[in-house]
Amino acid sequence: MILAFVEHESGLPDEVSLEALSLARSLATAEGTELAAAVFGDEGAALADELGAYGVEEVHHVTHDDLEGYAPEAWGESVAQLADDLEAGTVVVPGTDRGHEVAAHAGATLDAPMAANCVAVDVGDDGAYELERHRWGGSLLEHARLEGERKLVSAAKHEFPVEAADEETDPTVVTFSPSLEAEHLRVRVDRVESGDEEGIPLGEARVVVGGGRGVGGPDDYDQLEELADLLGGTVGASRAAINEGWRPHDDQVGQTGAKISPDIYIACGISGAVQHMVGCKGSETILAINTDPEAAIIQKADWAVVGDLHEVVPELNDAIRERT
Amino acid sequence: MNVLACVKRVPNTGAKIVLTDDNQRIDASNLGFTMSPHEECAIEEAIQQVEAHGGSAHVLTLGPEDATEQLRTGLAMQADEATLLETDGAEWGPRATADAIANAVRDLADDGTEFDLLLFGTESADAANYQVGVRVARKLGRPCVTGIKSLDVEDGTAIAGREVSGGEEIYEVDLPAVVTVKEGINEPRYASMRAKMQARKQELDHLEPAGAAGGGTFEKVRLEAPETDDSAAEVLGDGPDAVPEIVEVLESEVEVL
Amino acid sequence: MSDDEFPERAETVIIGAGIVGNSLAYHLAKQGREDILLMDKGPLPDPGGSTGHASNFLMPVDHSKEMTHLTQRSIEQYDDMDTFTNSGGIEVARTDERMAELERRVQSAKAWGEPGELLSVEEIEEMVPYVNTDIIKGGFYSPGAGTCDPLRAGEVMRARADDAIDGGLTVSPNTEVLDMHVENGEIRAVETDRGTVEAGEVVIAAGLWSPKIAEMAGVEIPLTPAVHQMVSVGPISFFEDYEGEISFPVVRDMDTQMYERQHGNDLEVGSYQHRPILWDVDDVPSIEESPLSPTQPPLTDDAFEQSMEDALEIVPELLDDPQAGVRHEIDGLLSVTPDGMPLLGPLQDVDGLWSCAAVWIKEAPAIGEAVAQWMTRGWSEIDLHGSDVNRFYQYGTSEEFVKNRAHEGFQKIYGIVHPSEQWQSSRPLRTSPFYNRQDDLGARFFEAAGWERPQWFESNEDLVRKYNAELDGLLRGNEWDSRWWSPIILGEHLHMREHVGMIGDMGFGKFDFVGSDVVDYLETMAVGRVDVDVGKTVYTPILAENGGFVSDLTMARLGPDHYRVITGGAAAGADRAWFGSHIPDDADVTMIDRTESLCTLGVWGPDAREVVQSVTEEDMSHEAFPPYSAQEITVGEVDAWAMRLSYVGELGWEIYAPMGQGQRLWDTIAEAGEAYDIRPVGMGVYGTTGRMEKGYRLHGHELELEYTPAEAGLTFHGVKDADFIGKEAYAEAIEEENAATLCTLSVDDHASESGERRFMLGNEPILDESGEVIVDDHGRESYVTSAGTGPSVGKHLLMAYLPPEYAQEGQHLQVEYMGDQYPVTVEVAGSRPLFDPENERIRS
Repeated sequence: MILAFVEHESGLPDEVSLEALSLARSLATAEGTELAAAVFGDEGAALADELGAYGVEEVHHVTHDDLEGYAPEAWGESVAQLADDLEAGTVVVPGTDRGHEVAAHAGATLDAPMAANCVAVDVGDDGAYELERHRWGGSLLEHARLEGERKLVSAAKHEFPVEAADEETDPTVVTFSPSLEAEHLRVRVDRVESGDEEGIPLGEARVVVGGGRGVGGPDDYDQLEELADLLGGTVGASRAAINEGWRPHDDQVGQTGAKISPDIYIACGISGAVQHMVGCKGSETILAINTDPEAAIIQKADWAVVGDLHEVVPELNDAIRERT
Repeated sequence: MNVLACVKRVPNTGAKIVLTDDNQRIDASNLGFTMSPHEECAIEEAIQQVEAHGGSAHVLTLGPEDATEQLRTGLAMQADEATLLETDGAEWGPRATADAIANAVRDLADDGTEFDLLLFGTESADAANYQVGVRVARKLGRPCVTGIKSLDVEDGTAIAGREVSGGEEIYEVDLPAVVTVKEGINEPRYASMRAKMQARKQELDHLEPAGAAGGGTFEKVRLEAPETDDSAAEVLGDGPDAVPEIVEVLESEVEVL
Repeated sequence: MSDDEFPERAETVIIGAGIVGNSLAYHLAKQGREDILLMDKGPLPDPGGSTGHASNFLMPVDHSKEMTHLTQRSIEQYDDMDTFTNSGGIEVARTDERMAELERRVQSAKAWGEPGELLSVEEIEEMVPYVNTDIIKGGFYSPGAGTCDPLRAGEVMRARADDAIDGGLTVSPNTEVLDMHVENGEIRAVETDRGTVEAGEVVIAAGLWSPKIAEMAGVEIPLTPAVHQMVSVGPISFFEDYEGEISFPVVRDMDTQMYERQHGNDLEVGSYQHRPILWDVDDVPSIEESPLSPTQPPLTDDAFEQSMEDALEIVPELLDDPQAGVRHEIDGLLSVTPDGMPLLGPLQDVDGLWSCAAVWIKEAPAIGEAVAQWMTRGWSEIDLHGSDVNRFYQYGTSEEFVKNRAHEGFQKIYGIVHPSEQWQSSRPLRTSPFYNRQDDLGARFFEAAGWERPQWFESNEDLVRKYNAELDGLLRGNEWDSRWWSPIILGEHLHMREHVGMIGDMGFGKFDFVGSDVVDYLETMAVGRVDVDVGKTVYTPILAENGGFVSDLTMARLGPDHYRVITGGAAAGADRAWFGSHIPDDADVTMIDRTESLCTLGVWGPDAREVVQSVTEEDMSHEAFPPYSAQEITVGEVDAWAMRLSYVGELGWEIYAPMGQGQRLWDTIAEAGEAYDIRPVGMGVYGTTGRMEKGYRLHGHELELEYTPAEAGLTFHGVKDADFIGKEAYAEAIEEENAATLCTLSVDDHASESGERRFMLGNEPILDESGEVIVDDHGRESYVTSAGTGPSVGKHLLMAYLPPEYAQEGQHLQVEYMGDQYPVTVEVAGSRPLFDPENERIRS
C-alpha cells in the first residue's frame, strides 16, 4: 500500500497534492500495490470523487473529536498510525511546508527515513527506492537510496505532472480515528491574522522597485515611488545612486546595504554591479528596465525591457492605475 | 531563558555549483563557507530573545573542526557560548544528526544548562531535509512549530507566526519548545569588528556527537549538477511598448497585481 | 555601439573591459584607431575583475615619478568624466621613522609637482575627527587625493570612444577567449566562444587573467593574483549627517599598512599588513561559480586578526558604533608583479600583441592613454620605462620568481623602502662566470635585471684607511644615507683612478645584427652615424619620433654586415623589443641575442694597459688599439673581443669572452694585475661615482622619453644625412633653445638644521633661492636625476635638468632633502665632465 497525504481547500485538492498523488500512483503501479489517500478536515470526505480520477482506491478521512484545525504533530501522528494500520510501505506527501511538517512528524513516530523534495523515484530490483531529490533549492540533484518497512517521500513542487489515471476508480471512504494524546495536540493553529503590508522594510518587501544611476537625479524617484505604491512595495537604490546623494543611505540594496528577497525586484536604470547583485540575489524574480541590452542586470534578470525608465515607468504606472 | 540555535556549515556557493570528481560533495576549495540564511536568523532570534528575557544564547553545530568558523560567527553576533559536535567531516543524515543534537541537549542539561527554546532553520541550505528540528523535538518530547516568521515569548509561552496565503497562522506553545525559523523573522545583525575579534579568541565547547539513524536507510549515492539555464532575460520589448507585457508578468507570473 | 554582432575582423582587439580596457578603447579611438573590438568574458559594467572591488581612492604622491604622473593624469581624467570626488588624503605616522618617511613624501610631492604638506596631530584631528590622535605623531596631507567610480568611468569611456569614431567601437561582453592565433611571429586572430575575430593588433588588458591569455599566444606576462583584504563596516551613525560618498580625507595608517576611508555611511578598512596570500590564476573561480565575484573570495579571517586590532585602535569611535557591523569582507584579488610596477608594452616575439596588465585603479586611465599613444605613434607623453613588460625578459617570468618577488614585495606596499633596497628572494638567479671569485672576495651583490653584480668588495676595506685624507667630508654618518652604501666604494674609486681596477660583469644586453641590410636598418635606429669603419664603436642615443630617449647604447661594427649592440641590463628587454619590432619585414637583418653567451670584464685605470698587455697576444698600445675602437684579442688562453672605452673615464677595455671561459679570464687578469695591486671594483664606482664625475648619463635617470638629446647635452653627432627615428624632432630640438639643460651640481653644505651631515640619494626637488620648486617652460619640475659622491673631485654630485635661467655655471640653488634645504652650485651646464674634462685619461 502507498499512502498519499492530500491537502485540500474546502474539499478541492491542492495542486501540489495532486502532483504528489501522481508520484504515489506510479509507485503503487511499480510495486503492484494499492493507492490510498489520507485527508483531514470536515470537507475531507467530499474529496473522494475528485481523487477517483487519480486512481485512489481508498480515501481515509481522519477524524478525531479534538482534531479541529491544523495541528502538525497530531496530523503526523495520525498519518503514522494510519500507515501502520494499512501496512503502507510508503507515505507520499506534497513538497509544501505543511506536507514536510506532517511527514517529519510521521517519520519521527514511525522511526522511518524521509526523503524531501524528490523529483524522481524508481523502485529498484530489491524494492529499495532509487530516487533523485533537490538539494540547494534545486541547484543540485542528489541521487539517494531509500528503503525501510516504512518510508516517507515528498514530491518537489511542480516537478511531477498532474496526470489522471488510465482507469478512474471509485474510492471507498473510510473514517480513521487515530488515538491521540494531549501531547500530540499541544501544537495547533490558534488563530489566523491577516497580513499588514504598510511601511514594509526593504528586507521584507514583496515588491521592490530599485533605481540606479539611470534614474538621473533625486526627483525622478517619484515615478518609482508611485510604481512601488501601486504594487504595495518599497523603493530601493543602488550604491551609485546613494553615492550621488539622490537617496538616503538606508535605501541601499547591496552587499553593504539591505539584502532583499521580494517576489519581484524591478530594477530600473541599474547596471548590475556585483555589489548590488549580491543584495538582490534573494529575489524570486527580477525585471530589469535598462537602456543597455548587454548590462549585467539583464543577464541575471528573468525579464527585461530595453528602454528608458523615464518613458517606461510612467506608462506602466498609468496602465496599472487604469486596471484598478 | 536559555536559547540554543543550531546551525550547519555549508559551502558559500555561487550561481553554478561545481562538484568534486567523485560527485560526493561540492568543490568548495575556492568558495568559503557559510550557513543558511534561516540559520543566521535563528542565531539572531536567540540573541534577541535573550536580550529581551535574560538568560544566555548558545549556538551549536554538528560538523568538522572547521565548523568552528560558523560558531564564531554566532559568537561575534553576541551569542554567549558555542558547542561543536565534532565529526570527521563525513556527512551525517538527518536522523543521526537529530539524535546527536537531542543527546547533546540532554548532556548540556545534565551539565546544568537547560534550554527553554531550541531554534533551527526550517531547512538546511544544502541538504534541505526539512526534518531535523521536528525529530529533535520529538526525541526530547517537546512541542515544535516550523517555518516561523515571527516569535514572541510571554510568560513561558512562545507565540509563533507562520506565513500562509492571506495572513499568518499563529501558534501558542509552552516552553520548552522547538521552533524552526525562516528568513525574514528578523534582520540578522552584522557582527561588529570588535566582537569578531573577541569571538576569534573565545573558547569553544567540543563534544563527541552520539547519534543513530534508526530503522531503514536513507543514504546519498552521489550528487549531480544539472544543466543550468543561465540564459539572459526574456526581453519583453523595447520602451513603453512593452508595458502590456510587463502588466501581464506582474499579474500572471508574479501575482502582485 | 553595436553589441549584437560579433565581428569577423577588427583592426584592434582589446581583451578585458575593466577600467584598463575601457580606457584603452577610449584613447585608441581618440588616437585614430577606427575599428575597435572590446571584449570581456564577464558582463558589463562589472565583468568581475579587480575593477569591481577596489576601494577606489587615489593618493597621487608616490616616490616613483612615473607612478605619480600617471596618477595625477588619471585624476584629471576621472574628474573630466565627473567620476572623481576630491576628498584629500592623509598618511599618518605612528613612529619617528615614519615621520622621516613622510618628509620624504613631501620631497617627492614637490619633485613631481603635486601639492603635499606635513600635518600636525592637531591639524589631523581637525580634518578627520574620528582618528585616534593619541597614537600618531603627525601626517602627510595630499590635498589632491580623492575617490573615483571606475565602473561609471568605464561606461563614460565606452560612450566617448564610440562617439570619437562614429560607431567604430564594438563591445562584446560575456565573451570568453579560447585561443590566440599566431602565425610567423605575428598575432592574427582571437578565438572566442562567440566566434573568431581576425585582428591587426591585440591588447591584453585582462587583469589577473592576463598571463593565461598571453600563454595562449606563447608569451609571458609575469604577474600573480594576490589578496588585499578589505572589509566594510556600517551603518555608522556619524556619517549619517553627511550626504554622498565621502566627506573626509582617506586615511592611510602607514605603519600598520592599512587604510580607513568613508564610503557612504560605511567605513572601508583595507589592509596590506596580512601575510601575503598569493593565488594561482587557475584556482580563481569562474563568474558563475563565485558567490560574489571571481576576484572577491571570502576573507581569510585569521590573516585579518591583527588588522582588526589596529583598525580598532586608530578609528575606535566609528568601529564601536553600536549599530555598525562588518557587512562586507573580502580577500580582494589584485595583480602583483615581481617589482610592484605594471606590465605595459609590446610583448616580445609576437608582433602586434601588447600587454596592459597589473594596473591599479589609481593609474588606469592614464595608462590606457599612454599605452594607446605608444601603440599608435611609438611613444607616450609619460615615460613608461619602469612599467615596460619586457623588463623581466629572459630571467623574471617564471611562476616561481613571480611568486617569490610578489610575496616579498607585498610587504613593501606601504613600507618604508630605501631607494637602493635589494630584493632577497630568488637570488642568486643570474650569475656571471666571475660570481664565485667575487663572492670569495667579499662582494656585496646588488641585483640588476636579475644579474648579481658586486656593489663593492669587503676585501677592499683597507682602501678606506689608505684614502682617509681624500675621503674627509665625504663619509656618511646618517643611517638612512648610508644604508645600502659603503665608504669602500669611494676607496675602490680612488684606487682605480690611481692604479687599476677590474669591474664585471655589468649585465649588459648584447645583440648582434647581421645581414646585407644591417647598415641601413641600424642607421634608421640611431642618432649617430652607423656606417663607420669596421672596428669602430659608436655611442648613440636611440630616440622615439618625439625626439625623446628610448635608450642610449654603444654599437660596434664587427664586419661589413655585422654589428654588435651593447646596452644596459635594465633596458635590455625593452631595447630588444624596440629593435626587433623595427626590423622591416623585407629586410635582410637578423638579430642574435648574445646576452647569455658573452660575459664582460672591464679593466680600467692608469695601469690597465700594462696589466692587459702582459697577458695579451696582440699589441695593446695606443696606436694599435686606439680609443673607441674594438678588436679581437686573446687574453692568456681566452679568445676574446675588446672595446677600448670607459664609463668611468679611465684608460682601459671592456673585454668580452664566452661565458664558459669567463672565470679563466678573471683569473688571468687578476694574476697579471697582482704586480699593480689590481683590485676588484664594484658597480658603486661603475654606476655612480665614476660616471657622475664624468657626467655620463644613465637611461631611466637622466635619459627618458620626456627629454631630448639637446637637453641632455648629447648632440655631438650633429644631424646626420641618413633618416632615423626621431630625426625631425631631434633637429628641431637642436635649433630651439632648451627648455631645460642637464647640469651637474655639487652640494655646498651638507649640514642639516640639526647639524647632521646629510647626503642626497636622488629624486630630490631643486629649489630656487626663494625656496620654490623650479619648473621649466614645459611644466617639468627640476629634480635630482642621479646623486653620488665624486671622490676625485671631493664633492657630492647631483644631476638635474634646469631651465636656461638657472643652467649657468656658478648658479646657486637649493635642494630639499628630508625636510631641510641645502645650498648647491651648478658646476657644469651640459655634458662636460667635471673630472678630466678633456678625457685625457681615456685617450692616453
